[in-house]
Amino acid sequence: MIELVNVSKTFNTDDGELEAVRNVSLHINKGDIYGIIGLSGAGKSTLVRCINFLEVPTGGEVKFQGVPLSSLSHKELLLKRRSISMIFQGFNLLSQRNVLKNVCYPLEIAGVPKAEAEKKAVSLLKIVGLDDRLKAFPAQLSGGQKQRVAIARALATDPEVLLCDEATSALDPNTTRAILDLLKEINETMGVTIVVITHEMKVVEKICNRVAVLDHGVVAEEGLVSDIFTAPKSDIARELILPKSAAVAEVKNGKMIRVIFDGQESDEPFISNMSIQCSAAVCIMGANTEDIGGKAYGQILLRLPDDPSAEARIMRYMQDHGTKYEEVTTPAVEEVMS
Amino acid sequence: MTGFLQSCFGNGMLGTYGLAVVSTLKVTLISFAVSYLLGLPLGVLLYGTASDGIFPNKPLSTVLDVIVNIIRSIPFIILLVMIQPLAKIVVGTKIGDNAFIFYLIVASFPYVARMIESSLREVDRGVIEAAQSMGSNNWQIVTKVIIPEAKPSLIIGAAIAITTILGYTPMAYLIAGSGLLGQLAIQYGLYRFDSKIMYISSLLLIILVQIMQVVFNYFAKKTDKRIRN
Repeated sequence: MIELVNVSKTFNTDDGELEAVRNVSLHINKGDIYGIIGLSGAGKSTLVRCINFLEVPTGGEVKFQGVPLSSLSHKELLLKRRSISMIFQGFNLLSQRNVLKNVCYPLEIAGVPKAEAEKKAVSLLKIVGLDDRLKAFPAQLSGGQKQRVAIARALATDPEVLLCDEATSALDPNTTRAILDLLKEINETMGVTIVVITHEMKVVEKICNRVAVLDHGVVAEEGLVSDIFTAPKSDIARELILPKSAAVAEVKNGKMIRVIFDGQESDEPFISNMSIQCSAAVCIMGANTEDIGGKAYGQILLRLPDDPSAEARIMRYMQDHGTKYEEVTTPAVEEVMS
Repeated sequence: MTGFLQSCFGNGMLGTYGLAVVSTLKVTLISFAVSYLLGLPLGVLLYGTASDGIFPNKPLSTVLDVIVNIIRSIPFIILLVMIQPLAKIVVGTKIGDNAFIFYLIVASFPYVARMIESSLREVDRGVIEAAQSMGSNNWQIVTKVIIPEAKPSLIIGAAIAITTILGYTPMAYLIAGSGLLGQLAIQYGLYRFDSKIMYISSLLLIILVQIMQVVFNYFAKKTDKRIRN
């Protein structure tokens, strides 16, 4: 559906040239919820703006449904943008228009008659659960509600793709979850392909099926979320996946391992059982797990006792239970700390 | 006391004040309306053609910038003298109310344009970007996004512009326009040493400015949907 071929974007700044995106090639399939993750300044926002040509790439090609966007006239590009909607971290609603009129805006510029536009807007606001706030102005809404209005507005022109630029970064955890659920629902019921830009691994874990890890404008790693999550190859992916609390803990003698949960039963007291059966105490240095439909997903960072036999028992226990884990070397953890 | 009132309002002075208020309002409002009509597109161009605008155009931006700056740097009283030949061509006379309105317009529209430009600059870039992402063309962005979003600020700017124009009106004495308030103040206060009439005329000017300010602020506040209620 979307193909990026060697896309580069260089900005001319006062301090010389700035390469925000370098030779990025990605393939986003129809129906994907595709994550693009990276730290701030990695070039994510620039990259996503290359997909709808809000930023025109300085190199490479962006193809939408096989058509290179650079081959379109300005008018054709404006029409094409109706199929590639976008939502933003700052919501970007029109502050002087009420909820209904905000959702009507894209239909208005597309020349849809007012009555028809309003009918469509109301039905979309029903989907996002805000059909009782039609006359409210954005200033009267909470962050989550504003993003819902923005989502309804983005869906007004029946887009094929929805680009989400840090759409949940300004929201609290509960609201984030609700918005992500809504995006997933839209993807499943309306068949809209979604591209999610984020700096939070949690967001990717929760809704994405594929992910590209961006570092300094370059794709460090790309693939299925489950693969990258269980076996990150690049340093940057490791850094994003490792629980942040690890950075706080003091790393001393014992080995550190990262235990990965990818769908075990949530109610099995895995660490306790392991500790009892191996008669070894472990120290939990950090954890990031979530219960999704009774299955555990996430990871726990453990420090093992500084005792080779206890260590071996634990490793065997995990192998016997088919649990994925990897050893985290002290330098790698220190790298996270720095 | 009666003598004082007599000297202030007697000898037909009451009627003179009334006429002066009406003339002042007329001259100010017409000049403002036309300045705004000229200033709005110019302000949009100043905003849009700037390097960070929505339709950057360096040459046009530079030219407009220079013209606006030149007119704005000439003191009104000098500009008024300089453009007298132009007034003769455009309105057919160098003196009187119509000529004076012409001078006010020439002096004010670049000022109005700058005010509008600065109001438009306050509009959140993110909202404009969102409009662009939905496939809006520049005309739609200007008319449906930028101007409506800037409306409260535009109204406040308009109030400043109109009071500035009102502040220029006393100089009408130079070209013998009909009796405006400011002109009364200068003629009586400066030339005839009749400070009472100067004070009364000035007081009336102050009241006019106050009324306009209150009215504009009311509308600015009323239209601003960013205010929670």
